[in-house]
Amino acid sequence: MNGLIYLSNVVTLDLDPEKCTGCRMCTIVCPHEVFVVENRKARIVQKDRCMECGACEKNCPDQAISVRSGVGCASGIINGLLRGTEPTCDCGSSGCC
Amino acid sequence: MKPGYITGHLDTPSGAIPLVSTTWRVKDIIDTIKVRWSVGRMNYRVQPGLYAVGSPRDSSPVFVTANFKLTFDHVRRALGGIDGWLLVLDTRGINVWCAAGKGTFSTSELARQIGLASLEKVVSHRKVIVPQLGAVGVSAHEVKQQTGFAVIYGPVLAADIPAFIDAGYKATRDMRKVKFPFSERMKLVPVELANPGYYLLLVPALFLLLSGLNRHGYSIDLALSGGLRSLINLLVAYVAGCAVTPALLPWIPFRRFALKGLAVGWCAAVLLSLFHLLGSNPLEAVSWFLIMGGLSSFTAMTFTGTSTFTSLSGVQKEMKTALPVQIGMAAAGILFWLFSKFIIL
Repeated sequence: MNGLIYLSNVVTLDLDPEKCTGCRMCTIVCPHEVFVVENRKARIVQKDRCMECGACEKNCPDQAISVRSGVGCASGIINGLLRGTEPTCDCGSSGCC
Repeated sequence: MKPGYITGHLDTPSGAIPLVSTTWRVKDIIDTIKVRWSVGRMNYRVQPGLYAVGSPRDSSPVFVTANFKLTFDHVRRALGGIDGWLLVLDTRGINVWCAAGKGTFSTSELARQIGLASLEKVVSHRKVIVPQLGAVGVSAHEVKQQTGFAVIYGPVLAADIPAFIDAGYKATRDMRKVKFPFSERMKLVPVELANPGYYLLLVPALFLLLSGLNRHGYSIDLALSGGLRSLINLLVAYVAGCAVTPALLPWIPFRRFALKGLAVGWCAAVLLSLFHLLGSNPLEAVSWFLIMGGLSSFTAMTFTGTSTFTSLSGVQKEMKTALPVQIGMAAAGILFWLFSKFIIL
């Protein structure tokens, strides 16, 4: 559904084309088709669709991707504020989402 | 007691492995409905470890999943007619995507379960199929380094597993994309509604109690008549934020969830005013616009955590302005509402 897109120009996703070897792992794990690989190099094509889940960074064997990953969740951010921690959806010992 | 989904055992070089059914029983359906309403959701788990599906051999594929029973049920149902192994990670009863975000569906937990199951004795190949959304917590190249098993990322949805197998263990572009259609959004609404727990009783009770206040003291009649009106208004605003906004999400203008919720909350308030439910006192009517707008906006904003496309940076940016406004609206609204009981305009 194309109507589901969040705020523009906020995400922290970054790609270093120098380090990229074109393995395509980022295109496989990204749930929102943020990357394409052309001529053995990945490129960010839909940055505003990135939800900062961090799957690409974690699965990039060349460490070419960086993103401040975390939960895009208002309750999680409030939890973090109240407890003075990073945003977390852990609302107790067992978590909630 | 043996869970109902285990139908027997299969002898393997690493011991007897429980065999699971690929069909749901009535209890599975009832439990699914309960969990969708948040009843027992935090403790709906299966035992982590290796399971067998169908009549798997040492060449059969290994599917990795989480130990949230709702997730487990969808995976085993999708594996109907397929011979394979199911490796369940200990995610403390949380689904794959959230557990991966929390770090329980992780490289180390996958490596640990591969080791605990002695998977290298059970299968002759060195591949595990991990749901794509698990990639948030699992690093394919690190799993390979630590265990010798290569990670193949499967489809986002368990239901696509048969098509994934037919395509030669390749997830098509469509299988890799996270969509968030109306049907999925509506499945999540009950949990949204039930989430605040006892506040759902406490806040309306306070309004009911305070509704009886007036210039002459306290009136039980007023508490009942005015209180009922208050309860309707609160409930409508709550449903506007928790259910109507998620349902209409792509069609409501604005990208910020707080604005979407505010718009829906105010539309609902306008509707209620047509039925004279906001009271005859203009001050009270204004107070309801503030309370209903704030409540609907806030509850809609919490749907960011349920949605599948909001980023941490985006939600932080949105909240920086939205949260103070929502609190201000609710606080001013409650004050106006109280004043309206004593002042006649």
